[in-house]
Order: sequence, then C-alpha cells, then structure tokens
Amino acid sequence: MATTPLHGFGLGLRPPHYEEFLEGRVPVDFVEVISENFMLDGGRPLHVLERIRAIHPIALHGVSMSIGSADGLDPAYLQRLRKLVDRIEPAVVSDHLCWTRIEGFNSHDLLPLPYTAEALDLVCTNILRAQDALGRAMLIENPSSYLTFGQSEMTEWEFLAEMTARTGCFLLLDVNNIYVSATNHAFDPVAYLDGVPADRVRQIHLAGHSQGRELLIDTHDQAICPSVWSLYQHACRLVGPVATMIERDDNIPPLEDLLAELAVARDLAGIRDRVAA
Amino acid sequence: MNLLVTQRSFRRALVGDADDAVTHFGDATAALGLAIYHNAYRVQLVDCLRETFEQLNAWLGDEAFTLAALVHIAENPPHGWTLGVYGEGFDTTLARLYPDDPEVAELAWLEWALSRSFSGPDAVALAAMDVPDIEWDSARLDFVPTLELGRATTNVGAIWSAQSAGEAPPAAECLPVPAALLIWRQDYSPSFRTIDDDERIAIIQMRSGITFGELCLAQVEQLGESEGVNRAGAFLGQWLHDGLVTGIRDRAQT
Repeated sequence: MATTPLHGFGLGLRPPHYEEFLEGRVPVDFVEVISENFMLDGGRPLHVLERIRAIHPIALHGVSMSIGSADGLDPAYLQRLRKLVDRIEPAVVSDHLCWTRIEGFNSHDLLPLPYTAEALDLVCTNILRAQDALGRAMLIENPSSYLTFGQSEMTEWEFLAEMTARTGCFLLLDVNNIYVSATNHAFDPVAYLDGVPADRVRQIHLAGHSQGRELLIDTHDQAICPSVWSLYQHACRLVGPVATMIERDDNIPPLEDLLAELAVARDLAGIRDRVAA
Repeated sequence: MNLLVTQRSFRRALVGDADDAVTHFGDATAALGLAIYHNAYRVQLVDCLRETFEQLNAWLGDEAFTLAALVHIAENPPHGWTLGVYGEGFDTTLARLYPDDPEVAELAWLEWALSRSFSGPDAVALAAMDVPDIEWDSARLDFVPTLELGRATTNVGAIWSAQSAGEAPPAAECLPVPAALLIWRQDYSPSFRTIDDDERIAIIQMRSGITFGELCLAQVEQLGESEGVNRAGAFLGQWLHDGLVTGIRDRAQT
C-alpha cells in the first residue's frame, strides 16, 4: 500500500458518517482523521480506519503533539503516532502550532504561543525531532486564538515563514482560523495570507465558527461563513491547487450538507469537474 | 518572561480561578481571552466524562453529574495525551461523593471498564468447535487481553442493562452476597456479565497460570467430587461460549 500525495477535496471522518464512508460511496479525494482517536491498541475504530484506508488516501491530523511545549515532546506520544503512521501510511501527518502540555499537565486545548525568537527556536527543535521520529516532513497548522502576548516579537505569519524555512515542514493553512484570529486581534487576514510562504502550503482547512460574547470562537459547529469563503478564494489564488478539507466536529449535519459545502470549495478553487470516482 | 514560565502561568490560569489569572501576557484583552480558555478547559473535560459515562449521567441526572465531574476535574487535572484515559479514577471520586449510594461508583467503574475494553488489544477467541484434543489435567488457558474483573455489591449490572436498552432501570439495591463484574470485548463489542465470587476466583487462578486439573481439584475440595468437576466444566464451557479464551495449551505445548 503505497502512500500518495494529498490532492483534491476531502472531509473529516466522524462516527455518524462511518457507514457511508465504509460503503465507499462518498465522493471525496481523501479523508482526514484525528490521529489520537486511532492511536489505540485495537478495536473497532482502527478496523474502520484500515477499511477506509483501502478506499481513500488518509490525512492524519493530530491535536496532542504539543510542538510548542517548553519542556519538549513526549517520546511515548511520538512512538504511538509512528506506529499508526506505519500501519496506515497516510498521505500527510499534521498538527498545530500551539502547546497543549507542560510538565505532565495536558490541557487538551490548542493553547497559543508568544511569537518570540525563543519560542521559534523551541518549536523548530521540536518539529525537527518529530519529523525525525516519524521519518517524514510534517504539516503544521496555524491556530485560532483568543489572546496575544505583549512579548511577541513577530507576527504569526512571520513566525510560520521562518519555521518552515528552518525545519522543512509544510503548512496546513486553516483559513477559518486566520479569520477568527484576525477578527479577535484586529489584524488584516489578507496580509496574513500574503505573508505566509505559499510554496510551503500543502493543505487547507475550512470550517465554521461561532460568535462569542466578545470574541469569535473556533467551534467547528457551523457552516462556513461568506468571509471565510472569500479568504479561501484569495488563498487559492496564492497557493494554486492544494488539498482542501472541511472540518466539522459538532452539530454534525448529514453528509450531503458537507458535500454541498465541498462543492462550493471546488467551485471557488476553479476545479468544477474533478470528483473522485 | 521565558516560555516555560509563561506556560506555567497559563496552566495555573486554566486550572485555577480565572479571576486570579495572570494577565500580564499582553494587552487589556488578554484576560478576556484567558477566560475563554479557562472555560473551554472545563467544558471539554465535563463533555469527555459525560460521553464516557453515559449511563451514569442518566442515573444521576445532568446537574448532579456535572457537579461531580467538576469536583473530579478540580482534583484531577489531565495528564495523558489522550482524553480517552481521562475517565480513570472517576469511580473513586464518586465513591467519596456518594458514600451511601454504592451503585454510583460501581456504575462508573463498569462504564470505565467497558470503555477501556472498546479500544483494548485485538484477539481472536477460540470457538468451542476448535478446542484441541489435549490432556485436560495439564491444560492452561489464555484469555482475551481485554478481560477485566471488578467487585459488585449492588445490582449495577441490571441498572446498566435496563438504561442501555432504553428501559426504566430498577431501583438500586444491595446484592444478598457480593458478586463480581466480568468485562471483555467480543469482536468489536464490549460485553459484561455479573458473576459470582467463585467464578471470579476461578478466572483469577486460571489467569495466574494454574492448570485446568488444579481448577477441578479446587472445585472438588469446595463442592465434592461430582459437583466440583461439573462446576469446573461449566466454567470452561461458559468462558468458551463468551469468547473469553484465546488458546488452550497442555503440557506438550507449554
């Protein structure tokens, strides 16, 4: 089972849609799964994933690597992830520019980093170590955030550009995250898109968000809003054809609704007729 | 402030009182953002526990479950890289919160054991028709790796089964004699059976490596020649029927 480069338009694999994916009749080019949900000893989830892997290329998307942890990566986590990578042979392996864990405490949230030279050194060291452990380059996703740090010395997109240059990692560009953070922290999302190294982008995420009392919250429980679609179109112009998927983690609608959103993405990306067999 | 100090401060803000949160991260909006992370941390962990302990939630009701979950979260910050392990020890918290309602902690233990078995290691159970022709006196059994044993002093099994089937659960009551819960996974489905203490001890002994002949002897000492041998045979037949046994080896194969 050879790995194939990620391309086209995909959806996340969520339990309500397991059966439809297993029947092989979901017209997507790839399927993305949350890595940690399958870093298990055995059982039905792994069995389902292996069957779907026989039908679709898989993108492994992690939430717990914690590449921004000041006390480094968890070797046991890397070992588990490598085992899954060897078993599934995914097209890509990704995680987030964030930290989730410190000194044994795990928040299970994607927490923001100050964009300092110190953090950049640390993140690059951790990415290089992870890539070494996994035997492949990773994709790192830009986070959504609800606070910024006064100590930051550069913008998030400058941080990402330097990070990719130093480590050889690629970017998973989450357009909704850019929109949420730009709204919350009053920066120009187009300037962000223009500032990331377009040639390092290998995948795009689209999702919906919710309006909190004062800030936008990255809830993945709504349809994609017009402003995010507009940013996506701009991103497509910058990076060219790149694998795109829609994340929906809560308030999950029928698969048809997500496929309709995916059709919009195809249209906006200028790819109207490419539908997986 | 270096990164390690920043992250330690952030951790304190997450697990502690948001009003005491460190707000020197940035501008005036930092406290606002920190409050979102502070709240999301608890919401996610409560949701995780509610999803793992679905029948317990139904038994206690949403409000009481949430209160118990918040006590557990305050006392047990998560350490594992996966939320899949966060249910560990919730039964201990509940035993303390509900000292006069032992079915609450037992229901939590049962649901946690079922949850663990769901993603435990795979194994192929030995079908009764595939039992090899062996010398039974020296036979030793291999059990599925998801097998777990717990104690039951209440009718927790009946409560779980009724609620899972969408039926009204029976009132909680103590069993006349303490029993045990046997949990394992059949193919991809977690299963359990309430068993008596004799069967629990028999399983523990067989897992520790005694032979089937030694199990028969122990049963004979307890029940007499005929009934003892029959009981050991009944245990074996039930274990094979349940899909608990993955292999049987005699002296020649050990």
